[in-house]
Amino acid sequence: MISYVFWGSLALSGIKEGMLVWILFLLCQVGAPALAQDLCQRDAPNGYKVRISLKTALGEDAYEWNQSEMFFFQATMAFAMRRHFQMETYNVDNIILCVQTSRVSFWFVVTSPDNTTMLIPKADVEKAVRMSRHRINNAFLLSDRTLEFLGIYPTLAAPVNPDTPPWLIVFGVVIGAVCVGIIALLISSLLQKRRKEKGMTEDGQDEEDMQVKGVENGINLDGTYNRGFTDDDRFTKL
Amino acid sequence: MRCLQVSNQDLEERIPSYEELEKLENEEAGDRPKWDNKAQYMLTIVGFCVGLGNVWRFPYLCQSHGGGAFMIPFLILLVLEGVPLLHLEFAIGQRLRKGSVGVWSAIHPYLTGIGIGSMCVSFLVSLYYNTIMAWVMWYFFNSFQETLPWSQCPVNANMTGLVSECERSSPVDYYWYRETLNTTPDIDNTGGLQWWMVLCHVSAWALLFICISRGIETTGKAVYITSTLPYAVLTIFLIRGLTLKGSLNGVKFLFTPDMNELMNPTTWLDAGAQVFYSFSLAFGGLLSFSSYNSVHNNCEQDAVIISIVNGATAVYAATVIYTIIGFRATEKFDDCISGNILTLLNTFDLPEGNVTENNYDQVLHSLNGTYPEVIQGLNLKTCDLNSFLSEGVEGTGLAFIVFTEAITKMPVSPVWSVLFFIMLFCLGLSSMFGNIEGVLVPLQDLGVFPKSWPKEAIAGTTCVLCCLVGLIFVQGSGNYWLSLFDSYGGSIPLLIIAFCEMVGVVYLYGIDRFNDDIEFMIGHKPNLFWQITWRFVSPAIMFVIFVFYFITKVQETPMYKAWNPESENFPTLEEKEYPSWIFAIIFILAGIPGLSVPLTAIYKCLRNRCCKKDNEFKQDDLNTIIYLIHLVILFKRI
Repeated sequence: MISYVFWGSLALSGIKEGMLVWILFLLCQVGAPALAQDLCQRDAPNGYKVRISLKTALGEDAYEWNQSEMFFFQATMAFAMRRHFQMETYNVDNIILCVQTSRVSFWFVVTSPDNTTMLIPKADVEKAVRMSRHRINNAFLLSDRTLEFLGIYPTLAAPVNPDTPPWLIVFGVVIGAVCVGIIALLISSLLQKRRKEKGMTEDGQDEEDMQVKGVENGINLDGTYNRGFTDDDRFTKL
Repeated sequence: MRCLQVSNQDLEERIPSYEELEKLENEEAGDRPKWDNKAQYMLTIVGFCVGLGNVWRFPYLCQSHGGGAFMIPFLILLVLEGVPLLHLEFAIGQRLRKGSVGVWSAIHPYLTGIGIGSMCVSFLVSLYYNTIMAWVMWYFFNSFQETLPWSQCPVNANMTGLVSECERSSPVDYYWYRETLNTTPDIDNTGGLQWWMVLCHVSAWALLFICISRGIETTGKAVYITSTLPYAVLTIFLIRGLTLKGSLNGVKFLFTPDMNELMNPTTWLDAGAQVFYSFSLAFGGLLSFSSYNSVHNNCEQDAVIISIVNGATAVYAATVIYTIIGFRATEKFDDCISGNILTLLNTFDLPEGNVTENNYDQVLHSLNGTYPEVIQGLNLKTCDLNSFLSEGVEGTGLAFIVFTEAITKMPVSPVWSVLFFIMLFCLGLSSMFGNIEGVLVPLQDLGVFPKSWPKEAIAGTTCVLCCLVGLIFVQGSGNYWLSLFDSYGGSIPLLIIAFCEMVGVVYLYGIDRFNDDIEFMIGHKPNLFWQITWRFVSPAIMFVIFVFYFITKVQETPMYKAWNPESENFPTLEEKEYPSWIFAIIFILAGIPGLSVPLTAIYKCLRNRCCKKDNEFKQDDLNTIIYLIHLVILFKRI
């Protein structure tokens, strides 16, 4: 690309002007990265540190973190910015990365597509990241814990509140069974009592009949039975 | 040893003679309930003896008093103290065929206090024991969820973070102290009744009522499940536990012997106390259960078998518990180390995998050499496996905090949680049967309830009364009340009563008469071992344990541990002194059952002395009246 500019500028403006343009251009090329370096640095006020833990997340299936992955990150961030702002066209060049370590961690800043010297404020970047966090995580097969944006805390999952607490349901079942048990118990004891009473009154009547007929030890005795004495027997029972 | 016996007049009139016993046995007359078969009896006794103490007190004692070495004092005292006392209670109950009040008033009217003391202790213990059942039921009800509620902290009101109290301690602690107990910072604040606990409390008492409503008729059926299920669950947990990582660390920690502990007198005292409480002696329940046996049941064999089963269960349960504790401690240790490793990697931007558990110490050392201030600033936690293994492994802390945390780390947690709490519930319920038996039968013997009331009504009234009084324990401060009742109501009085029991049988009832009774019941006289232990060894051991316990309790200022979120060392429980009005309660709890023995004796003595003359007078009056009635009837006939 530089050679085209060189020949183009020479062709367009003659050799002297061409050299001037060429020198200016070269300075820009050298200066641009230097400028970018100034924008992105450790503890940059508008930058975020990203930390990636591939081995923790993927274990043996972990892929290698190389320049292509870095490019992918830039592309993903650009996508996130586009998605959030929906008007400005962010490009891969607008995401500047620096301070890479073998951990893997690095810093990044986002420049405005209109003016490459102007940085997007931290708050806007945060909003963009929050909005597309899920997509960013999935792009790298990572999670909130293993792809960390230091300073952007993951939102907590909303607690699931069922209408009836599950314990009340189990309690209801147990108490229902207990009540059924108690009722069954009381009914069975009542029935037993009635059976006993019935049995007793039947026995009592048999005894009376036997006495009236004058049956003693199975032998029929002749003669009348004096009721006066039987009544007395009952009253004197202490 | 006739010279040492106190003269006991009219004993023969109060107890059934051998002929009467034979008649009862052969004709199966009499309205005393009977066991359907021997298995029911054995399962009930095993269930009564094997309780929560075997699961959450014995393992702790074992580990803290030198592991494998603790077995030595435990086994020695089991043989010298546990087995003789057990045999004594079985034999005297089987011979005299009455509940605790009946037995002791038959031996001598002045000894009725022992029975009353047993009844009081059984009552106090029943009150708080069933609250523990209510807690177990609460956890059981909450185990039917995919994510157990104690596995994570709840989110706070604004959804910005986790609840602060939970974040500072741990999800299991928070769930136990806040969501279950809703505990107050001290015993003075009652905190009001916690409605969810009241529901569990009522259901626990209702379940108990169903099982005991007809005495051993219903209890005998219930024990088939409540006494056998814990063993099945323990076995399942053992198999599961042994397959988890780190379980053997726990078992090694439990059983590693430290012979120096044997020199420590506290070890022997704790072993003696554990044997005593583990056998549920002096509650009166064992006496009652034994009295439903046939006269010629071999109580000597039963005593030995039950002791072996109890001891073996304690060791088995300890092994199972410690496999799970070993797993939890290893997980926590691994988490601790991983946390430190991550901090190091993040601070120094080292590639992942550079620092592992193996080279952690080396790397830390070298980094400390080059960047000491940075390392200091990191506040790395010290990770020690042994300290994780010895955390909070006793009592309710073990069951509801440590074990529940271990369960959350196991796959398919709800299943394990349900199994564990069913096991605890069965263990406790079978012990409650014995406790309630020790309350109901003396009440019937004392004639507190009218004779026309059916058994269900008596059981029901007692359960309702206990349920209402037990509402103290479901308030906010209920946990503190429960520990109070446990330390003072369920400890000293039992020692006094057991000592009096031994002395009463050996010296008042007469050891010779007792030997003859046993010969009549099982066919041979008890051998020299029983004679020596009953007469000297066991009472001496009881006396020594009682004196040491009494001195220790009296000397120390009573303190309790409170959960106070505002205290300085927050997650650690705060030690607080009891307020002064608690001393009155302590006196009621420990004093009344303990003093009931001498007080009843004095009362009966006084009543006898002053009412003797009146009694004779009344008898004459009665005779005259009967004579007059007969005259009237005679006139009527003529």
